[in-house]
Amino acid sequence: MADAFVILTVISVFLLPVLGFALLILIPAAVGVSLGIRKLYLKVLLRVFEFATNRIQQHDSRQDLNGNRGEQLPDNNAAALKDKNSVALIQEEERTTLKKVRSFGTLRREFELSDCYHFCRQGIEAIADDSVTKCFSAAELPSWNLLTRTNTHYEFVSMRLTILWVIGFLFRYCCLLPMRLLLATVSIGIFMVATATLSILPNNSHKRHVSKYVSLMCYRILARAFSAVVTYHNKENRAKGGICVANHTSPIDVIILACDACYAMVGQVHGGFTGMIQRAMSRSEAHIWFQRSESKDRQAVSNRLKEHVSDPDKLPILIFPEGTCINNTSVMMFKKGSFEVGGTIYPVAIKYDARFGDAFWNSSKYNMIQYLLHMMTSWAIVCDVWYLPPMHRKEGEYAVEFANRVKHEIAQKGGLVDLLWDGQLKRMTVKEDFKKEQQKEYSKLLKVE
Amino acid sequence: MGSRASLLLRQEEIEEIQRETGFSHNQITRLYSRFTSLDKSQNGALSREDLLRIPELAINPLGERVVQLFFLEGEDEQVNFRQYMRTLARFRPLDPSQKNDKEGVNSREKKLEFAFRMYDLDQDNRISRDEVLQVLRMMVGVNISEEQLGSIADRTILEADTDGDQRISFEEFCKAMERSEVEQKMSVRFLD
Repeated sequence: MADAFVILTVISVFLLPVLGFALLILIPAAVGVSLGIRKLYLKVLLRVFEFATNRIQQHDSRQDLNGNRGEQLPDNNAAALKDKNSVALIQEEERTTLKKVRSFGTLRREFELSDCYHFCRQGIEAIADDSVTKCFSAAELPSWNLLTRTNTHYEFVSMRLTILWVIGFLFRYCCLLPMRLLLATVSIGIFMVATATLSILPNNSHKRHVSKYVSLMCYRILARAFSAVVTYHNKENRAKGGICVANHTSPIDVIILACDACYAMVGQVHGGFTGMIQRAMSRSEAHIWFQRSESKDRQAVSNRLKEHVSDPDKLPILIFPEGTCINNTSVMMFKKGSFEVGGTIYPVAIKYDARFGDAFWNSSKYNMIQYLLHMMTSWAIVCDVWYLPPMHRKEGEYAVEFANRVKHEIAQKGGLVDLLWDGQLKRMTVKEDFKKEQQKEYSKLLKVE
Repeated sequence: MGSRASLLLRQEEIEEIQRETGFSHNQITRLYSRFTSLDKSQNGALSREDLLRIPELAINPLGERVVQLFFLEGEDEQVNFRQYMRTLARFRPLDPSQKNDKEGVNSREKKLEFAFRMYDLDQDNRISRDEVLQVLRMMVGVNISEEQLGSIADRTILEADTDGDQRISFEEFCKAMERSEVEQKMSVRFLD
């Protein structure tokens, strides 16, 4: 009798967390409802950050007093902090000075030695601060979020802050991380089993229905592994067939979007773990995997996209036309490929709230595993997703123009800077053509006999 | 990021740079973080390639000249943070109060000197016709014929050269630029 009681106690002690885990996280995640725990968690976090920011401010102003340059003591603390950390390093003068002069008419003038001023200043401005290289490294935060990866040395500013940071650290690594790893494992496990089962079923609308639900459920559980809090706007514009294009910040973008709708993925064939996931995905839905190295395949890929889009039974294709991860402050050049396919384009703008953890994947600095570890030990991934009204290529419009038009819409909606630069500059140097363009622009100014 | 950078930059160094260049504490730490983000090899100094990797600089027709002038400060093809800051300091806007200060790092004189060196390719403190021609070619590319550029260079030398040696000295250069708005046009507004 006593033995039975002990066994029962042991079981219940083990069962309780499991049950709680299932009831509080897994099941709500699976059916896609929120209990409001994460919202509350975010609110608490914001309070804590506010406290930390105040501490840092006090410390800074004390240092200013001690230092010999005490002249910039702020009247209004909040405003001063904002000023101090504003992201731009320089105030850019009118970038298009040359152009402006030209548009005044055909006011050609003689060459002057002072013409080099313009190029000097632009050169120095680019060296002190430029919009492009900045896009490939993490954006700076206006306040500290108690993560040393965004700011070190703040944790030692004051005793209270140090304690706060240590508590946060322990919470993130000892409480959040194991739970999130478990969630990710559970989600991938369910996905593997479910897709394996689905692959036996005959290909009909019933199967598609089930696989859609499985996919939503797994992605929602997986999103909990980053404590993702996503707000979807204008759901009526969700992609129905066609191609969905979005700005690209991190691999997590896919998970964020797939929590709300199902998409057909396009990508390179991978090996190892990613390859295993890809094969599992293909078992239940039609995805498009290809080898990037085969240039011949590119034409084939385009054909396969066309084929896919023309089949109304298939899912909308999800493409990130930037082709590389950008730090979510701007949108860079869209590759024209996906805009040549035809069919409806459904633009999506994704904007992350970096205060709780920066979702940007700086692939030149961190590998995939390091990145995922960062994500799982961040406070949360908070973002907004806007579904924009579908767009069509106009009569006689070039694919490049159409791509730019879509990009502009996405940038506007997401509050991102619309850049003309190619994201591939992360790895390559700029084309000589752009310089020639500048030279041409300048030479148009000069009067020649 | 910014504050990680400032951890590596010692307080004394910041103060020294502050005295030397006139940048504020905050500007220095932020420019240091910019400096480290450009420094891909992470050896505490920038190479030509590091700078020319900036797309906006790479497309600048005189971008390579600007980079070249950064390296006049340093030796052996490397620019450290001090040298980097010294060059940037020339482009700090001039206070109205220091208008007649010739010694300041960002004085009219210093700004003019930078512009002069843009043309003085062989660093002999004289701008020859050939140097004007070469810089002109950098600025216009293939869009203006060699012959026309030649006549522009001739005219430029003729106008600026007062002692008749067919070359422009720094004094002559300053004179020729007397009416140009150097203070304004050679200034970058660094935010605090």
